Amino acid sequence: MSLDPLPLCLLFSSALVCLGLIGALARSNTILVLLGIELMLNAANLNFIAFWRYGPVTSPATGVMFVMFSIAVAAAEAAVGLALIIAVYRHQKNIRLQEANRLKG
Amino acid sequence: MTAALILIAVFTLATAAVALSLRNLIHSALLLIASWFGIAAFYLWAGAEFVAFAQVLVYVGAVSMVVLFAVLLTRRSRADTVIARDSVERAISAVITGIAVFGVLVAAILKTSFARLSPAGVPPLQSGTGVSPVISAPTATVRDIGMQLMSAHAAALLIIGILLTVALLGAVVLAAQDAPESKQESP
Repeated sequence: MSLDPLPLCLLFSSALVCLGLIGALARSNTILVLLGIELMLNAANLNFIAFWRYGPVTSPATGVMFVMFSIAVAAAEAAVGLALIIAVYRHQKNIRLQEANRLKG
Repeated sequence: MTAALILIAVFTLATAAVALSLRNLIHSALLLIASWFGIAAFYLWAGAEFVAFAQVLVYVGAVSMVVLFAVLLTRRSRADTVIARDSVERAISAVITGIAVFGVLVAAILKTSFARLSPAGVPPLQSGTGVSPVISAPTATVRDIGMQLMSAHAAALLIIGILLTVALLGAVVLAAQDAPESKQESP
């Protein structure tokens, strides 16, 4: 049973999402937190592809479409997040999350 | 076929875990690029070639460069890419949380019966070639994807274009220096 490809893919992606969660919770550097969130988004994309490949038959390119749009949204998120990091660094001269605790610049 | 999947999974998970536990940010970014390559290899394994190449272009090509720029722009001195040690309590509680979530997910996956979902005609393992036999699996050629993008998903394509434009303009506005007033005062 555990040699079926679909549960293996799902286990792979859940391990990846938990790694991203651990990274985002444990590190205090903003860039590493953002990279953990990127890993979690990638794990969601893995699930889309796994169900597209092994799930019930739908229209032929549905999963691929979903992953394309998801990658585009993730890229936009990365760009905005890193711009925010640079803006925070300019105010605080530091990108530790614990020290970014003021709303006023 | 399954062995290739396990190999890809182990590579991706190992590089991601090491990347998120290192203290040198440059090494972390480079290891995450390897992890994204592993995810692209998974897409190739699953038969979604176009997504694999999009992953390589977007993540390995673009997002990694943005991350490296952010690392290098937010350091205080030339050697300041090694960050201070994080607190151990937070790391332990994060690992406990992650393992708990993983346990819930694994229990849910193992209790679900996927036999009803999988296509009936999946052939058994083929010896020899590493290429997976793709019979009764969905295929999406670039032509299919282009036709779908221009017909059924045209509205979504336009919206994602607007979203990307707005997000990148917003990123430029956020990251830009706001010091034009001193320039105006100087002759």
